[in-house]
Amino acid sequence: MNDLTPTREQRTAALEGMGCKRKRVEDIRFTQGKGNYVDDVKLPGMLHGDFVRSPHPHARVKKIDDSEALKVPGVLAVITAETLKTVNLAWMPTLAGDVQMVLADGKVLFQNQEVAFVVATDRYAADDGINAVIVEYEPLAPLVDPFKAMDANAPVLREDLVGKMSGAHGPRKHDNHIFEWTVGDKELTDAAFNKAEVKIKEMISYHRTHPSPLETCQCVCSFDKIKGELTIYGTFQAPHVIRTVVALIAKLPEHKIHVIAPDIGGGFGNKVGAYPGYICAAVASIVTGKPVKWVEDRIENLTATSFARDYHMTTEIAATKEGKVTGLRVHVLADHGAFDACADPSKWPAGFFNIVTGSYDFPTAHLAVDGVYTNKAPGGVAYRCSFRVTEAAYCIERAMDILAQKLNMDPAELRLKNFIKPEQFPYHSALGWEYDSGDYHTAMRKMMETTGYAALRKEQAEKRAAFARGETREIMGLGVSFFTEIVGAGPSKNCDILGIAMFDSCEIRMHPTGAGIARMGTKSQGQGHETTWAQIIATEIGIPADNIMVEEGNTDTAPYGLGTYGSRSTPVAGAAIAMAARKIKAKAQMIAAYKLEVHEDDLEFDIDGFRVKGLPERFMSMKDICWAAYNSVPPGMEPGLEAVSYYDPPNMTYPFGAYLCVMDIDVDTGVYKVRRFYALDDCGTRINPMIIEGQVHGGLTEAFAIAMGQEIRYDDVGNVVTGSFMDFFMPTAVETPHWETDFTVTPSPHHPIGAKGVGESPNVGGVPAFSNAVNDAFSFLGSTHIQMPHDFWRNWKAAKDLGAVA
Amino acid sequence: MAKTHVTMKVNGAEVEGLVEPRTLLVHFIRENLQMTGTHIGCETTHCGACTVDIDGMSVKSCTMFAVQAEGSDITTVEGMANADGTLSALQEGFRMMHGLQCGFCTPGMIVRAHRLLKENPSPSEPEIRMGISGNICRCTGYQNIVKAIQYAAAKINGVEFQEAAE
Repeated sequence: MNDLTPTREQRTAALEGMGCKRKRVEDIRFTQGKGNYVDDVKLPGMLHGDFVRSPHPHARVKKIDDSEALKVPGVLAVITAETLKTVNLAWMPTLAGDVQMVLADGKVLFQNQEVAFVVATDRYAADDGINAVIVEYEPLAPLVDPFKAMDANAPVLREDLVGKMSGAHGPRKHDNHIFEWTVGDKELTDAAFNKAEVKIKEMISYHRTHPSPLETCQCVCSFDKIKGELTIYGTFQAPHVIRTVVALIAKLPEHKIHVIAPDIGGGFGNKVGAYPGYICAAVASIVTGKPVKWVEDRIENLTATSFARDYHMTTEIAATKEGKVTGLRVHVLADHGAFDACADPSKWPAGFFNIVTGSYDFPTAHLAVDGVYTNKAPGGVAYRCSFRVTEAAYCIERAMDILAQKLNMDPAELRLKNFIKPEQFPYHSALGWEYDSGDYHTAMRKMMETTGYAALRKEQAEKRAAFARGETREIMGLGVSFFTEIVGAGPSKNCDILGIAMFDSCEIRMHPTGAGIARMGTKSQGQGHETTWAQIIATEIGIPADNIMVEEGNTDTAPYGLGTYGSRSTPVAGAAIAMAARKIKAKAQMIAAYKLEVHEDDLEFDIDGFRVKGLPERFMSMKDICWAAYNSVPPGMEPGLEAVSYYDPPNMTYPFGAYLCVMDIDVDTGVYKVRRFYALDDCGTRINPMIIEGQVHGGLTEAFAIAMGQEIRYDDVGNVVTGSFMDFFMPTAVETPHWETDFTVTPSPHHPIGAKGVGESPNVGGVPAFSNAVNDAFSFLGSTHIQMPHDFWRNWKAAKDLGAVA
Repeated sequence: MAKTHVTMKVNGAEVEGLVEPRTLLVHFIRENLQMTGTHIGCETTHCGACTVDIDGMSVKSCTMFAVQAEGSDITTVEGMANADGTLSALQEGFRMMHGLQCGFCTPGMIVRAHRLLKENPSPSEPEIRMGISGNICRCTGYQNIVKAIQYAAAKINGVEFQEAAE
């Protein structure tokens, strides 16, 4: 050894493996405007398609006259439901087991529903064509309020389902009813409530909102008549699922469908499902023989292409007078809009909402969810959350605060009293999940100590006294949130999409010179997979991350995977990477043993190669092993160094965190100021702390938006009134608070590298923290629950209703 | 529709084209010039993904006609790198401070920040936040974008960048 020999630390650092704040490889192209997004795809002879949309929320379509439109220069075709019927595509199946109109078939069921698809030489001509299509409507009474959906005299929305008293998820109680989903022991739970010393009951609504990534949904479809092949470039979070769906509904052989998801400008759940635009662009390409691009505008995105939340949760907790919870009972009225197009694993009509017992040791619980149709856009996507987990976290975290208020207990103390204890893991929840790991008390106490929680409570008491004396018009709220997520869908025993188990995959191919490529079934939309996946491989096999190229999104080259959403990439695909890398490493060990002329059991892995135990100078680097794999493998071994892993996780992962929001609200104006926001996340093993912090910042900002104003709102006759960024709250750098991040590390015991996923935690935990801060601020004036979103006007209204403003 | 001939300078090069009077500048840049770094996020001037620099001002190119840019001097994200092709201080700052994730807002954000630092070479954090408030980012929560711009300002001003304490 001499001075030039790198130290162990230097060798480890050179890998830029797990735990390293590796700078992103994606940024080189993105900062120079050299990303390749769908709208950047331009094929020879490409046409543009755009939709005629319904101005009515509920109407019969009497007639569609396209004769003038077809005279517009540049317009080549107008596709309607009648056209689509000739290829049996007027309706399409949804991921939730329902069917959805691709184009209005006799009726429209929500404002801005797709009615006809105009195909033209460019986007301007398509727009001219849209203006020339004359549609005759007969307006019908709209159904907007989900609470009236099952009234005896409610207008029937889905005439295609009339008389079908059973749907994909069991019996239907009304023509506008979709499903009832129940979990838990009703009898035991009712008994707990019957003998409860303390009970709370509150209807907690989580309003309708929208993921609204900065890039809208779009695609380019190109059908090659000669080869009978369809190529689709699209904004797809799950490209392989899209390929299979297209194969099933368009009856094309799956190997003749090429789905390519290039760079994606954010997804947040918006880009999981299949939308009419994709079907229409594909049919238009088949009809015209030319590539067809469809790019929705922002208004279309907000008003027609999915939505999130819209859960109305009647929540009850039973407890002892000392504050020990004894039962939880929740009924959810879920507004699904005109079609049940929720993007949940197929058997889960309300996603994983049964995580609603949260971080607490409820001996018993019962949950019932009723899904109903209304004249609103279809969807129900998981906006930066695992399926319906953010609704569940909001429900339980708001309810725990309400219980604390009733017991006159500090909400942090109430939580500490009821947490699942570290020794209880793996923990079986009353609603059926097996929590893999957690240390909630440590996380909560760290949050309280770091933020000076006790001092903040003291300050709040002083401010309340000053308010009572008339010395200030400002009130202060502390929003505590302690969430447990369930992510990493999921084990084949309980998760599938259209019958395909929710595994994920990785294929690693090492090249002779010690570089390689990893192909994945996932698809980054900003999460930085090209950077972090290489870090896992670097640590596992000792090849620098810079020498590993990560490729995703091309279904012809990537192994089959279920895609990126629900924080599943790291828990599922992250595991597949580690497993594939370990296969590489196992073969590398055999090659090294052969080359070093020892038994493979005599070798140990040491950072970037194999070393003979006890003989430190007898070492073969992974780089050299890669070379040897292509010229001198042991007799009988196949040459080459590559591996594939399809990983079916044994369980979900359960990230958790402790958040605190400190907020001041001026009662006379309703204007709030987020003074401080602290987020402690435990996502198990941390692959890239820089990217984790970035994910937390982004998720918190989306949580802030949702809690404080971001809403898809309809007026009482079904007009959507938040159709642009003027009305739909999109926080800028000015409104967005400063974020403080922190962490604990409780590795997942069943995950190969102990990672749990983090992308959605801040949204799941953030929303209740903001809402609890507002509610906590107003609580001393006599309120128990104020519905979100907490914009200035609603805060002022709350103050007025509580008598704090004249 | 009758077309109009337009000429302008984009990233230092004289360009020309035939456009309809209604053609938006962003479409002229993306479709005619095939410079796709400038993005479209909302088409209503709210999001700033389409921001370009026109005659020394940040302009949202989705709400301006190409014919209105006749004779002007435009810089897009493709014109932001250093003359030798290396990343500019701003581009480097965005990478070093993790000021981007999906990358869709990034071109507009960098073009805007470029003008902001010309207007105010040493902006305070509130000045940066106000200065980029016409540009929406859905991924980062802005905190690291602020740091990226501070990093660039320090580098341009030849002073050491000091990250603010959490």
